[in-house]
Amino acid sequence: MTVEVWTAENTTPADIDAALRKLLEEQHVRGEGLAPARVLNMVTVVDASWRGEILNRLERVGRYHPSRTILCAVEDGRETIDASARLSADGTGDPNLISVVEERVDIRMGQAHLRRLDAIVDPLILSDLTTVVWAPHGHHEAIEAMRGLADVVLLDASDDPNPARAIQWVCGLQDHAYVVDLAWLRGTPWRERIAATFDPPEWRPALRQISKVVVRHRPDSIVSGVLMLGWLSSRLGWSPGSLVEGDSGRRRGRARAGKTEVALELDPVHDLGAPGLGGITLETADGSKLSLDRSEGGLAAKRHTRDGRESSWVVLGASRGEAGILGEGIRQALLRDPTYGPAVRCAGAMLS
Amino acid sequence: MATVEQENPLTEGLERAPVHPTTLIIFGATGDLAQRKLLPAVYNLAHEGALPERFNLIGIARSEQPDDQYRAFAREAIEKHSRRPPDETVLNSLLERMRYVGASFDDPAAYEGIANIARELDDEAGVPFNRVFYLATAPSFFETIAQALGERGLDRREGAEVRLVVEKPFGHDLASARELNRGLLSVFEERQIFRIDHYLGKETVQNMLVLRFGNGIFEPLWNRSYIDNVQITAAEDIGIGTRAEYYDRSGALRDIVQNHLLQLLTILSMEPPVSFSADEVRNEKVKVLHAIKPPAPEDVSKRVVRAQYAAGVAEGKEVPGYLEEQGVATDSETETFVSLRLGVDNWRWAGVPIYLRAGKRLARRVTEIAVTLKPVPHLAFQQSGSLGVQPNQLILNVQPNEGVSLSLVAKIPGARMRVRPVNMEFAYGTSFMSQSPEAYERLILDTMRGDATLFARDDEVEAAWGIVDPILEAWSQSSGPLPQYAAGSQGPAEADAILEPGMEWRPL
Repeated sequence: MTVEVWTAENTTPADIDAALRKLLEEQHVRGEGLAPARVLNMVTVVDASWRGEILNRLERVGRYHPSRTILCAVEDGRETIDASARLSADGTGDPNLISVVEERVDIRMGQAHLRRLDAIVDPLILSDLTTVVWAPHGHHEAIEAMRGLADVVLLDASDDPNPARAIQWVCGLQDHAYVVDLAWLRGTPWRERIAATFDPPEWRPALRQISKVVVRHRPDSIVSGVLMLGWLSSRLGWSPGSLVEGDSGRRRGRARAGKTEVALELDPVHDLGAPGLGGITLETADGSKLSLDRSEGGLAAKRHTRDGRESSWVVLGASRGEAGILGEGIRQALLRDPTYGPAVRCAGAMLS
Repeated sequence: MATVEQENPLTEGLERAPVHPTTLIIFGATGDLAQRKLLPAVYNLAHEGALPERFNLIGIARSEQPDDQYRAFAREAIEKHSRRPPDETVLNSLLERMRYVGASFDDPAAYEGIANIARELDDEAGVPFNRVFYLATAPSFFETIAQALGERGLDRREGAEVRLVVEKPFGHDLASARELNRGLLSVFEERQIFRIDHYLGKETVQNMLVLRFGNGIFEPLWNRSYIDNVQITAAEDIGIGTRAEYYDRSGALRDIVQNHLLQLLTILSMEPPVSFSADEVRNEKVKVLHAIKPPAPEDVSKRVVRAQYAAGVAEGKEVPGYLEEQGVATDSETETFVSLRLGVDNWRWAGVPIYLRAGKRLARRVTEIAVTLKPVPHLAFQQSGSLGVQPNQLILNVQPNEGVSLSLVAKIPGARMRVRPVNMEFAYGTSFMSQSPEAYERLILDTMRGDATLFARDDEVEAAWGIVDPILEAWSQSSGPLPQYAAGSQGPAEADAILEPGMEWRPL
């Protein structure tokens, strides 16, 4: 591990930029087999008191770590900017191999700086690379300030305790940037498995016969649940109506699917460990039923056909954990999922 | 009557397309390949959720053992060779899907065992699973197994696909390759046969197609008018290790050139395919192979050099020469190094020499393609006092520093117009943080998907042997000790003899 560090108090973005270039030049002069990573710029805005926790999360992201991380730690009452810059390379020690250098800038700033975060960050981002902004502790004003600079907003729509407000906010952001939503990514294995279940040609007609969908979710992951219903609605051409909250947080509603209706249900499940979905059950008009539920080593699948036959199996796959989902979020910043936007719009209709 | 959906609307936007339920049947399930590559690759696919939603594995090998003992073997192989530490819950679930049949490959009981277990698994699921038979065995069993599968009707399955995966070597010369193809095709259709060349599963090799056909900058230059020569190198710093028995019967020409290097050559020089479907890509590759004129017997010595490594120093240690390696006859004439000059006689490439070089115990491990462009026609700069202008080179580095490098000339800062070459580098590791999957993961998944794009077709294999065969024939006519090169060196000095005047091998 090679680490180079520069620090300064009451500094300016121009000084930080100059320091980064100098650190890189010094590495080149030493002639080590090092090359700076050029994947993306990651601008992360955090509460100063949680800075270490966020750094740990980014460290755990491992292989998806962005090439230049600009970590803006916000302190109440601070009026000046202090900064440090560091280059680190985690090589194998093999002189024949090139080690990739990651760059990190730590900036301590005040709340007032967030309104012009773009001006502070602009000199520090690598042009021509995708710029991602992530503000895991709220700080929506930082994301607003970065509208002209950020290509991608990384967020977790489940962070907002009000799911309707969260979805509405996401819909607004999508006009300006590509949104990568961790709440959506938690549902990826579920979407893949549902798609696989209905993929054999003999099963595809059943997609038009779905009569009821029940999504089970951790109580704080309503957004993941409603995004799953939104995905099914948008992909299958359903027009969902509002979900109505009933006993124990259960939400029910209906979607119009051509001449028929589909019953939609979100069920909170209290004993789930990790956030996200706990299970999903799809029923068809002819009495078939498919359910997927979290289990050890993957998803437990159970199919009940109209002739009364039952079969169950485990769909293999390791839990990605929250670090894996964050890593996937960063990776998704360089891809484009055309199904998220329509799913969010349907989710919005259900929560209106 | 129910309407059959044309498309599955749920697959849009998903990175992983659904794969039909599959039973993977590995012949040679306790062998080195299964242990080091196949079982770990299957585990990693399971870990990532990339296996079909319903998946089973049946292992077949000679030794008798209960399922649980094979599962213990598979666990150990995965724990030792997986590219990531296994997740205990996923590993346990995967091992539960494994069954084992202990019988020799010519024993009818082996096929009865497979048929019974596969049927049982299908019945249990109520779904006819696709079946992929993976022959991770010695090549001498390929035909035996294919015939036996055919005789017991295991080559077809109502409502499902059956595929056969064959590992190299696909024959040891043209005649045996044809014979093998005939044998396999007497049972299976070509669309069912997947011949693995693991080089094609490497991300960097696939990226060659993207580099060439996804970037407008290269195509205008990619021809005889601008390209001076091409060097394709597969150098290893290691010796033969414990593979003496195989290697001494094979040699560098069969082991590396006939498959891996000719595959790289075809990808480098093929015409743009109409689409990236398996047959369109392979049609273009075969055209290239047909355009390569094999050396005439009298030309072999002028166009091909073979040699053996002698004792030397590798990785700071003294190492024995090839003839001193355990299991190698002291009078062996098997080459551990080969270099050859070929040409692709078509409109695009006529007259461009293409050099191939492969060897063991060389100075460094590197697999690369170096495309050297023609020099500029006129130089207006003074070159004295500097390295001067050198032809541009595009280096496609397959391993270990995966990436692309383009050499340019640039002015040296100062009052005088002095120039020297500089490199523009694209390194995979700096532009993609994600870890590349092992080649076998991609290829096993492709066999389950039924995508044959990255697999060699029968005519492709035969065309490649057609190039190599005359060389083997000429070598068989001569005898005597081979030229030697010191272990850890750049290779034999004799290799220079096949180069055009003024040319040099790229240093390793």
